[in-house]
Amino acid sequence: MGASQTRTEHKYQDLADKTGFSLEQIENLHKRFQQLSDNEETISREQLDSIPSLANNPIRKQIIEAFFDKRNQHQNEVGSCEEIGFEQFLMVMSHFRPPSLKTTEEEKEAMRKEKLHFLFNMHDTDNDGTITLVEYRKVVEELLSKSGDIEQETVKAIADAAMLEVASTNVPHMAPDEFYEGITFEHFQQILKGLEMETRMHIRFLDVDTPTLRCGKSSS
Amino acid sequence: MPSRTGSHSPTGIGKSLPERGLLLLMVLVLLEGSVIPLGAASSPDTGHQKNVDNHKAEGEKNHTKKAFPVLDLDYRHIQTPFEISLWVLLASVMKLGFHMIPRLPGIVPESCLLITVGLLVGGLIKLAGEKVPPVLDSQLFFLCLLPPIILDAGYFLPIRPFMENLGTILMFAVVGTLWNAFFIGGLLYAVCQIQPANPNELHQLEILPCLLFGSIISAVDPVAVLAVFEEIHINELLHILVFGESLLNDAVTVVLYHLFEEYSAAGTVTVLDGFLGIISFLVVSLGGILVGAIYGILAAFTSRFTSHTRVIEPLFVFVYSYMAYLSAEMFHLSGIMALIACGAVMRPYVEANISHKSHTTIKYFLKMWSSVSETLIFIFLGVATVDGPHHWNWTFVTVTVILCLVSRVIGVVGLTCVINKFRIVKLTTKDQFIVAYGGMRGAIAFSLGFLLKKEEFPMREMFLTAIITVIFFTVFVQGMTIKPLVELLAVKKKQEAKRSINEEIHTQFLDHLLTGIEDICGHYGHHHWKDKLNRFNKKYVKKCLIAGERSKEPQLIAFYHKMEMKQAIDLVESGGGVNLPSAVPSTVSMQNIQPKKPPPAKPVEKALPKMTKGREEEIRQILRSNLQKTRQRLRSYNRHTLVADPYEDGFSELLIKKQKMIALEKKIKDMNYYLTVPAAPPDSPTMCRARLASDPQSYSSKPAMDRVPTIQVDLASPQSPDSVNLMDEFRRADQQEEDQGLTMKAPSGQSGFNRPGEADRGREQQKLTRCLSDPGPSADEEEEEEPFLP
Repeated sequence: MGASQTRTEHKYQDLADKTGFSLEQIENLHKRFQQLSDNEETISREQLDSIPSLANNPIRKQIIEAFFDKRNQHQNEVGSCEEIGFEQFLMVMSHFRPPSLKTTEEEKEAMRKEKLHFLFNMHDTDNDGTITLVEYRKVVEELLSKSGDIEQETVKAIADAAMLEVASTNVPHMAPDEFYEGITFEHFQQILKGLEMETRMHIRFLDVDTPTLRCGKSSS
Repeated sequence: MPSRTGSHSPTGIGKSLPERGLLLLMVLVLLEGSVIPLGAASSPDTGHQKNVDNHKAEGEKNHTKKAFPVLDLDYRHIQTPFEISLWVLLASVMKLGFHMIPRLPGIVPESCLLITVGLLVGGLIKLAGEKVPPVLDSQLFFLCLLPPIILDAGYFLPIRPFMENLGTILMFAVVGTLWNAFFIGGLLYAVCQIQPANPNELHQLEILPCLLFGSIISAVDPVAVLAVFEEIHINELLHILVFGESLLNDAVTVVLYHLFEEYSAAGTVTVLDGFLGIISFLVVSLGGILVGAIYGILAAFTSRFTSHTRVIEPLFVFVYSYMAYLSAEMFHLSGIMALIACGAVMRPYVEANISHKSHTTIKYFLKMWSSVSETLIFIFLGVATVDGPHHWNWTFVTVTVILCLVSRVIGVVGLTCVINKFRIVKLTTKDQFIVAYGGMRGAIAFSLGFLLKKEEFPMREMFLTAIITVIFFTVFVQGMTIKPLVELLAVKKKQEAKRSINEEIHTQFLDHLLTGIEDICGHYGHHHWKDKLNRFNKKYVKKCLIAGERSKEPQLIAFYHKMEMKQAIDLVESGGGVNLPSAVPSTVSMQNIQPKKPPPAKPVEKALPKMTKGREEEIRQILRSNLQKTRQRLRSYNRHTLVADPYEDGFSELLIKKQKMIALEKKIKDMNYYLTVPAAPPDSPTMCRARLASDPQSYSSKPAMDRVPTIQVDLASPQSPDSVNLMDEFRRADQQEEDQGLTMKAPSGQSGFNRPGEADRGREQQKLTRCLSDPGPSADEEEEEEPFLP
């Protein structure tokens, strides 16, 4: 109680406005942050890497990298950090908030664009604004990395076919000698518009004060 | 469910009139046929009655010696199968007839039309003075007519949306049905008690029969829902909500029905009984699912070993499912849930194991049976309406109808308020309206009412009349108006687009991403458990149940293969057509996307990843054999055609086709870029799937080349001894295929055709299978192609 408490609340209020989380959710996430960072102020890549349940995830590296990517901080910076603080942690998490019943159509559109941009940044590792074939191949390769021995040709074939599809849909008529540089963000939006990102890309953030690692309610 | 595109009339109005006349004639003949046999027999088609008749006939014959009968009429001998076939034929002809009438299918749903036909037929039979076959009583309906529809629904159930909305569906199914039953039953009782006008009748009605009636009438019927919703194409969410509810409420209905039926005689239900009822509900539903899952796993396991006897693969699917249903019914568990569980559990594994043809067979048979069943059910509803003993009571019937509507609306709205707290994608008012309006009652309610015994339930006829009225109301009024309402309210429709590889990649990517974020957040949510289940599935279950290499194939690769095959089929099928097999015709090819390499020493084609020689050969073989076939037909039209192809008209067409063939050759080279399918071991089902040639489903409605298998008599010869090695593979697989079509050898004068770049293939084997003459189904059937791995 006292001055420190109000200061914390004030700090959280600031974050709540920025990210859209409720105060309780921020508290929960802060607890988790403390746990991950061993009560330090910042988290490094190694600490995220050491989460045991992440070990089985084929795209683990990309996920972790996304936390340290400055482009996801809504601040028009590029590059990556070495360590992130709680605010950056929250900003990344805020990409996964679900829409509520009150969000309007424009807000939903904006949300979808934001989420798609997050995905785009995950694929576009060299920050040049397009996903080239090489980068896309890497994506597919990572996706299939935990599925046993996959031949390189398959990976390339799948990535090629996907790329071809994007090109055909977005730039239908290309002369044989033209070259499709890569998937821009607009094209990316175009090909994924059927997936309705704003409703699919979310996780349930617990409202009530629960200890971590408790089974969450299944969403339906 | 039944394809709606149907057959087109060849020309406009002019031809349809004689056709309609013919149709009418056929109908009349059939009706005559059905009425006369009914007159010939002393009783309708119950088995043991027939035996008694035969016995009597036999006893009389032994006494006198007659002249040897040259021509004899023994109707009783074939009576039952004959009548059954007549009914089925009538149902199918009716279905044909509806689609010939120009605008009717758009306005009136098929179910309404079928009930009307049933009314007519029932009226005719009654006029003829005969007894209507009691089809909607328990045995025939529940054991023969209902399972195909449910199996079809369960096998093709879209698992992902179903699981995502499972909580909502269960809430509607369980709580909603309970609410409906008690609300309707209770209020009916109250209304009956306060009825001053008919003091005798309605006052007799106890609370328990009322509740029983409520439980019968409250359940949403899957047959009716399917029949109507199929035609309105609403979005997936609403469809799965209403449909899932109609499937899962079977357990509730079963328990309530048996509970109230048992205790109606006793007259009271104690708390203990209620408690037992709850336990019974859990047993019935979970037991049903368990039984279904067990049979499903058995079926999947059996299908692992069918690689040498492909012919009977579909049989396993059908028989295991049916046995699941019967076993569940034996223990008074929920047969519907067993069937759904069986179909849903076995599907991913069976589809990985069976051949492409078996897959098509299963699909077609299920659609066929379910279509016929549904048609028969509706017709018999009409017949039974005309026939059944009715007892019309204005109060009872109108109050029932009103209460059904009211309770449904209240139930849906109330439940949605609760459900929306837990849902991410909330249900809007429009959604709620559609869910409430789509709650149709159907034949199951009627059959359950029919099953009641008259002795215990003196008001049985009144119940039946009320049930029929409600069914008619929901099917006719709600069924006919739901389509315009959907349009009016601008409810989101079903997305017709097929899933692209990009969407598939990103769906998987998203799954992993969300699981990862959940892990970082530290709480075990939905995705975490789903991921765990998938990993368990991959590690243990798939190895057990899927044969060979496919057990290790990741979903993305499986999807990719399937897509490639489809593209290859499409490309060949378009017969050198102009369009590339993509939704948007585009000139983009692989060259456009390959990164520019600093000076490419060779042309761009060679810079592509080299696929293994064997695979390349194989793809070429497939394509060429398809080409051969089309070429074959062209040539045979010239010289040796036994069967004239009615669609080929003129030499000029042939020349154009020839040119297209040449263009197609060029495209084959381009196909190299598309079909970079990696090597698979020779005996894997992947290879069998590569037999694109005889897949009838992929055939678009291209009339010219594919309808009639033309036969070249003088070139038929046994298998060529010097076929390429890979052809051995096909031959071995071929010999076990069910349709031993006519084998033909390609004429050796093939070199006349331009085949740039190909090595000498030697003489090749060809099979013309009867499948070729099968016109494929409509395009939207293809959506169910994909295996729904969770």
